[in-house]
Amino acid sequence: MIGEAWLDYRMRWKRRRYLFRIWRKRHEIQSAVDRTNLITTGDILTFSTVRNEMLRLPYFLEYYRKMGVRHFLFVDNDSDDGTTEYLKQQPDVSLWTTGHSYKLSRFGMDWLGWLQWQYGHGHWCLTVDADELLIYPHHDTRNLSELTAYLDSIGRTALGALMLDMYPKGAVSELDYQPGQDPTKLLTWFDPDGYRHKIHPIFSNQWIQGGVRDRVFFGAEPHRAPTLNKTPLVKWNWRNVYVTSTHHMLPRRMNRVFDWPERNLLTGVLLHTKFLQDISDRSQEELNRGQHFENSTLYESYYRRLIDGLDLWDATAVEYTGWQQLERLGLMSQGDWNE
Amino acid sequence: MTFGVVMLVHTAFHRAQEVIRHWVAGGCPVVVHVDSEVEQDVYDAFVRSMSDLGTVRFCRRYRCEWGMWGLVEATQEASTLMLREFPDVSHVFLASGACLPLRPISELNAFLQARKDTDFIESATTADVPWTVGGLDRERFTLRFPFSWKKRRKLFDRYVRIQQRLGVRRRIPAGLVPHMGSQWWCLTRQTLAAILNDPNRAKYDRYFRRVWIPDESYFQTLARLHTKTIQSQSLTLSKFDFQGKPHIFYNDHAEILRRSECFVARKIWPDAGLLYRVFPRAPVLDTSEAIPRTGTVDRIFARALERRMRGRQGLQMHSRFPNLENANGIAAAPFSVLQGFDELFPDFENWLALQTGAQVHGHLYARDRAHFAGGVRLFRGALSDHPKLRDYNAQSFLMNLVWNARDTHQCLMFGPSDTQKIRWLLAHDTNARVWVISGAWSIPLFLSGKSAGEVRAEAARLQRRENRLLKALRAPDAHARIHIDTLANFLENPRDVMQMVVDEIAGHRAQELGELPSMVDLSGLPAFLQELKNQGMHPFLTGELSDDMQRRAHVSNAPRSYVVDPK
Repeated sequence: MIGEAWLDYRMRWKRRRYLFRIWRKRHEIQSAVDRTNLITTGDILTFSTVRNEMLRLPYFLEYYRKMGVRHFLFVDNDSDDGTTEYLKQQPDVSLWTTGHSYKLSRFGMDWLGWLQWQYGHGHWCLTVDADELLIYPHHDTRNLSELTAYLDSIGRTALGALMLDMYPKGAVSELDYQPGQDPTKLLTWFDPDGYRHKIHPIFSNQWIQGGVRDRVFFGAEPHRAPTLNKTPLVKWNWRNVYVTSTHHMLPRRMNRVFDWPERNLLTGVLLHTKFLQDISDRSQEELNRGQHFENSTLYESYYRRLIDGLDLWDATAVEYTGWQQLERLGLMSQGDWNE
Repeated sequence: MTFGVVMLVHTAFHRAQEVIRHWVAGGCPVVVHVDSEVEQDVYDAFVRSMSDLGTVRFCRRYRCEWGMWGLVEATQEASTLMLREFPDVSHVFLASGACLPLRPISELNAFLQARKDTDFIESATTADVPWTVGGLDRERFTLRFPFSWKKRRKLFDRYVRIQQRLGVRRRIPAGLVPHMGSQWWCLTRQTLAAILNDPNRAKYDRYFRRVWIPDESYFQTLARLHTKTIQSQSLTLSKFDFQGKPHIFYNDHAEILRRSECFVARKIWPDAGLLYRVFPRAPVLDTSEAIPRTGTVDRIFARALERRMRGRQGLQMHSRFPNLENANGIAAAPFSVLQGFDELFPDFENWLALQTGAQVHGHLYARDRAHFAGGVRLFRGALSDHPKLRDYNAQSFLMNLVWNARDTHQCLMFGPSDTQKIRWLLAHDTNARVWVISGAWSIPLFLSGKSAGEVRAEAARLQRRENRLLKALRAPDAHARIHIDTLANFLENPRDVMQMVVDEIAGHRAQELGELPSMVDLSGLPAFLQELKNQGMHPFLTGELSDDMQRRAHVSNAPRSYVVDPK
């Protein structure tokens, strides 16, 4: 009891420190195009940090517009491939730019935190990277406003989603993906099994690791394998902060996107389209910049193998056919959202 | 003759207006009640938008909060107005702004006119039917509920608890038998007028004002006093989740709504444009007599409820993290663990797979890697054989394997030299079938050709580990199906144990065993074990082996007739 109260107290201060940090770093981003006056009550907003994403952005915007996102708030971290200009032209995008370090801003979370603090309160906010496509049960017939109305009606303020790495059959570097194309038409394969779950001792979320990157790259050091649980869709309150990427949040109750012990809540899946042909250029760049996650050195061999044209495919992998399949395999769940 | 519609609206006014126009076009007068929380200018605009309709009335506005008295007051007010203003109305249909007529109004009217004296109101006694939300059924009628459940939950709960502790019980007015049911009804003019003009109405109202969710019990209870014939059924199709909140119908429900042949459905999602376009459907001659059938809808929604409440056994996922300590079965399906068999029968895995059709893995928890069936490196669903990935969360590994291959019975070999991290799971999972020949670890040591002195330490280590497993399996809270034999006991009659193993795995497909797989040559093992003893290491888990055991085992190896000798 006392331990729990003490932890609560510590976490409250941790959250305040993060809010202060977000506020302190607010000048790191400069507004390039501000169309936030278009935001109206009840709009669903998307927040994202991007860097050289011209390959993925056209489809990304089209996809989420169709899903019912009304406004996009982007932070552009020093792109040089035309991303900045492209985003400026979009009618429903507000853009900020920065040249500061991605790593020192907690992988963009400080920048987005400031935008969320200003514009997110009271809205359902979707925080995703350009290579993440959110799907959820019935996403083909029901859009995000239907989903969020359902979550509101059952009193939930967040949606959990498993990040599912999609990969092609054959060498990643030989793909020929064109901007605007649906990436899941090329990246059709995924690992349906081999996800490890445990409860995070501090944030009380489920810590999920596994999948293709885990089996190919992290056999020797499983505890360092990428974390796959995310909480991308949140009914934002100005008190909220993301801690590491969108994996954990504070206050901690936001992390309870699953039910304990037996019941089943609705969750989604983030289709991760990282493994397109630009992976080797990106990997090379990451190697040079050293801007990625906590253990950049660990990721070195990982990037090297990707540059060398690794094939992630295996005969035991499964080809993606739709949300019904993921539901059946137990990677997402529709809770009691009626069929 | 026609029927009138009383409609309670608080949001999505454009849709409400659409539906009102349907009703009016079908010849039904409508009395609308708008929640008093709605701002005046929105209300005025709403009223104005329907000024062209002659048979629409707006009644006095009350505050309608879920589960509170205001909803009943609003219904009473609107119904009174309806009966007064429209004398040719034979039935009154209670609907909300989120209700949508599915069939032509004329069909509903014909249906009602054919049943002139019938009240359609779902109404069940609380004594007989435990429809509960929040654990309150009978107590809805015997406690007081002045606080809103939605807005002041803590106060609500605390006040309930105080009353329960003090043993407060309200007196139910004489003559009333509490009934509950769906809020959406269709009553005859006679019944409704009798309820509204009841000489005791003031007394009843005072009582129901403090009942919890009176809109589900006021008319349901009073209708029982005044009705001629009650059909305890709502004409409005509506479904509730486990918290008592209504499910919402979306565009993709068009087909099941159409097939249900219900007259009206709720709640309809305001942006479900398709539903508002296709319903109410056009009159069709041969279906005008159709009776509502809710079977399919009921089944689909019951399935969703089941899924939400129980989840799927043996599945760990982002939406579900079962508490393994209390779980009944942990893995998704029965699986078998065999310890010691493969030491005794070198070809055991293939033999078992042939006999049972099950998927037989080697030592899944071996030190070097997970030995999947067929020697593959990645098992179904790309489960890796990497020992570190496996041991990082050993229980998850087994649960994942069984979940993904739950269509076939999974068997795995186990032994004291393997990682022992799943010991707890093996003992506690009701889906685990564990077969142990204790002491079989001595066989590879014996066959290695090394002397007893050389393998003494290893033998002691394996025995210690196996003993720990046996202890776990024999614990009083071990719920797995467990069968433990010492090596000596097993050799007394291997055929019976093997038959049991096969029967257990293959179920009704099991056949009487033919030839047993060939056994390793054990002559010299007793002497080897004696030598271990002489070194001070007593292999107590093997049982007492004798020199002629293998000969006897071979005798009992011959296929035996199960037919009782008729002599």
